[in-house]
Amino acid sequence: MDKRFFFEKYGLNDKDVERYLAAALSAGGDYADLYFEYVTSTALSVDESMVKSASQGISAGCGVRVVAGERTGYAYTDDLAPERILHAAKTAAMIASGPAKTPVVNLKTNLPHDLYPVVVASVDAEIRQKLDLVMRADKAARAFDPRVKEVRASYADELKRVLVIGSDGTYAEDSQPLTRMSVFVIAKSGETSAKGTSGGGGRHALDAFLLEKTPEHFAREAARQSIIQLDARECPAGDMEVVLGPGWPGILLHEAIGHGLEADFNRKKTSAFAGLLGKRVASDKCTVVDNGTVPGRRGSLNVDDEGNPTSNTVLIEKGILKGYLADKLSARLMGLPNTGNGRRESYEHIPMPRMTNTYMLAGEDSPEDILRSVKRGLYAVNFGGGQVDITNGKFVFSASEAYLIEDGKITAPLKNATLIGNGPDVLTRVSMVGNDLQLDEGVGTCGKDGQSVPVGVGIPTLKVDRMTVGGTGTAE
Amino acid sequence: MATTTLTQIDLKELAADVVRRAMRMGATAAECVVGEGSEFSTAVRLGEVETLKESGSKALGVRVFLGQHTANTSTSDLSSEGIDQMVRSAVELAKVTSEDPFAGIPESSQLGQIPGDLDLYYDDVYSLSTADRIDYARRAEKASMSVDPRIQNSEGGSFDAATGRKVLANSHGFVGEYQRSYCSVSAVPIAIDERGNMQHDYWYSMSRTLKKLESPEEVGRIAAERTLRRLGARKVKTQRVPIIFDQQTSRALLDHIFDAVNGDAIYRHASYLTGKLGEKIAGGNITVIDDGTILGGFGTSPFDSEGVPTRRTVVIEDGVLKSYMLNTYTAKKLGLATTGNASRGLAGTPGIGNGNFFLQPGARTPKEMIADIKEGLYVTEFLGFGVNLVTGDFSRGASGLWIHNGELTFPVEEITVAGNLKDMWLNVAEIGNDLEWRGAVACPTIRIEGMTVAGE
Repeated sequence: MDKRFFFEKYGLNDKDVERYLAAALSAGGDYADLYFEYVTSTALSVDESMVKSASQGISAGCGVRVVAGERTGYAYTDDLAPERILHAAKTAAMIASGPAKTPVVNLKTNLPHDLYPVVVASVDAEIRQKLDLVMRADKAARAFDPRVKEVRASYADELKRVLVIGSDGTYAEDSQPLTRMSVFVIAKSGETSAKGTSGGGGRHALDAFLLEKTPEHFAREAARQSIIQLDARECPAGDMEVVLGPGWPGILLHEAIGHGLEADFNRKKTSAFAGLLGKRVASDKCTVVDNGTVPGRRGSLNVDDEGNPTSNTVLIEKGILKGYLADKLSARLMGLPNTGNGRRESYEHIPMPRMTNTYMLAGEDSPEDILRSVKRGLYAVNFGGGQVDITNGKFVFSASEAYLIEDGKITAPLKNATLIGNGPDVLTRVSMVGNDLQLDEGVGTCGKDGQSVPVGVGIPTLKVDRMTVGGTGTAE
Repeated sequence: MATTTLTQIDLKELAADVVRRAMRMGATAAECVVGEGSEFSTAVRLGEVETLKESGSKALGVRVFLGQHTANTSTSDLSSEGIDQMVRSAVELAKVTSEDPFAGIPESSQLGQIPGDLDLYYDDVYSLSTADRIDYARRAEKASMSVDPRIQNSEGGSFDAATGRKVLANSHGFVGEYQRSYCSVSAVPIAIDERGNMQHDYWYSMSRTLKKLESPEEVGRIAAERTLRRLGARKVKTQRVPIIFDQQTSRALLDHIFDAVNGDAIYRHASYLTGKLGEKIAGGNITVIDDGTILGGFGTSPFDSEGVPTRRTVVIEDGVLKSYMLNTYTAKKLGLATTGNASRGLAGTPGIGNGNFFLQPGARTPKEMIADIKEGLYVTEFLGFGVNLVTGDFSRGASGLWIHNGELTFPVEEITVAGNLKDMWLNVAEIGNDLEWRGAVACPTIRIEGMTVAGE
């Protein structure tokens, strides 16, 4: 890891840092922090079997935050010259109005985790190696079936170096790699077209794509989905039993309960989950955690974007709501433990409570038994996106691969299935939990208040006794 | 003002200089874009300031061509070394990309810009003092919370202002520059019913000048109305009924049309409208226009992201697909001419963006349209993203109000509405007269037949 990267690259020194923080607290306030960020990124894609373009970028900046009570002042600069940072600090300081405070400045890093020990970050790996990944994906998708007509494969990586220095003695420097491959396929048969998508990655080096999760793995998966969708029929509409496959369908947890448990919404009592701590919000088969410490995962971080160590937080234990996801501000104002969930998209953004990797622990049922128990229902194994209204608790997520279950057997593939439900009670109807917990492959991006951050999700196979399925077919 | 002028010259010179550096390093064509912006935002919650944010930024991107090979890079390091490194990386990267016969910047003859003042920039968006800006946000929230005792909580009121400058230069000698301003005020109240169930909704106004921004009181009042009417919402049975989509949701449906006529999706066969040019794809009452030249419009600019003048393009006329939305690359791929819809940030390859994209309005008010319906659904919000542009399949979460005997009755939630975009646009029974611009895409209220509502 590049220790003291910003000190070397930008000639930052201890005196400067103290000066910036003192300026930030020049009008009082409870807390101030500096967030330095330097990101290098690469993106490549292959389309029509050609690498039509390649991109690289460098972005750097510093955000200064001052917190006074419930108020936050924020200013940033993409010019790291001392006078510009000082100006940002003075601007952010205007949120407070009182006598100046003296920051406690600590300049020693103490990283609690080492979750992505990357020797050569992907961003520095040879460009030809990266080109090779997308070309291999293109080839494998086309070879899968002659009905595969269009293939787009892309690769993206970044290395984000961050330094957080807080007036409370916080000091954390981290170097966060992130890579991702994705494959998009269109299959055609006569007049029918269908699409398939797949992808994955994490906080690891390029090698991970050469061993287990190869370009061929993602390409075949996308191609497989597109071929299946060619024969998909109209999805029935109405209430029915729903079985969710393992892994990415964990987006259910993210939308149905995860956002509703972010501490800021509960502090402001704008969440349908406000006041439910200690109450039953799921069946006793459900235990849900948010774990930022899983090595190499897309949603994992050694420290959050406020310099706090991430943790494994139990949100729901055997159906009972146990905890919220907190950042510094909400932990202080609500008297909650800081769970290390303060995240931000970039130096241009104010941190807030966000999820990391959110998943349900494995249960005891076999996936086969779960499917066998369903007379007529929906088996959803892949999803597009989802969304939640945290105030009324209603959430939606859309299945990109789903099947009809009839008499305990998977029968026809279905198209266009959207699931809708109510966050605080959907998990109370979980009657079976599989023994096959899987985390997703590493493609999730979560949006909140216009800020996007990488996240992970996971579930074992789950049975929900009743959910509303939106389709165009008749319900019978 | 003198400093502003100086900055303008500097940025244009900077962009032209980046292009020259790229050509010196071996590029056969090059294009540079510089973006400079500043923003201010404040949020007030329960009368107290919650956040104050103020900042500025400047960065640039370059796209280079080595014959038919291309690559692009971007940086926020504007030092001479930083820029050299960015340009050098782009040239190196271009060497490893594939030869693409269609790659290139526009021809000289295609370049240009709309002359005159397009009414896009007003420095009054920054004219308010910090205290007055906070007051705007506070007034919007206060108005939203003063309407009804069932509103006791709020996600807050906000006031935002931003200005941005974009400069583009290329190796055909094109240098262009424009400036745009923006301000907005919004409120998000929360209402609670006697059973303790909460609902929130929002309203906002946005404008290029403070003078045309709606009053915070008006914004707050509408936000409260929209929130209160949701209280007590329930599911309805699964059924097929006529659906009326209000301006917010009809605009989302029109967005799907834009995505489906996007040249990138067309040439990749990723749209259900691929190959449909000249065919009837919507009802005879449907005319859709993209116009990047409307004075003061949120989608207006003098030239697109490749230096091609923006224009007015009829996309659908009386139900017939007349034009795709194209940039230089997608136009060449499809054997057509660019429509001046190239769009890009600083990083990445140019994609396709809309100008002011809208559906031509009809004759009657939304109230008159509702009055025709015995049993039906009035949709005011979508939830989720269940749209498949390859097939046209559409299934999204929704909430709104139930129509009974021509009147809006009780609120509805936790349902989905589903259909296929192909059929939906053929079955638009009526278009309202209420075309209003609250962004770069605008659509009047519309009524669609034959969709499925899924609930209990």
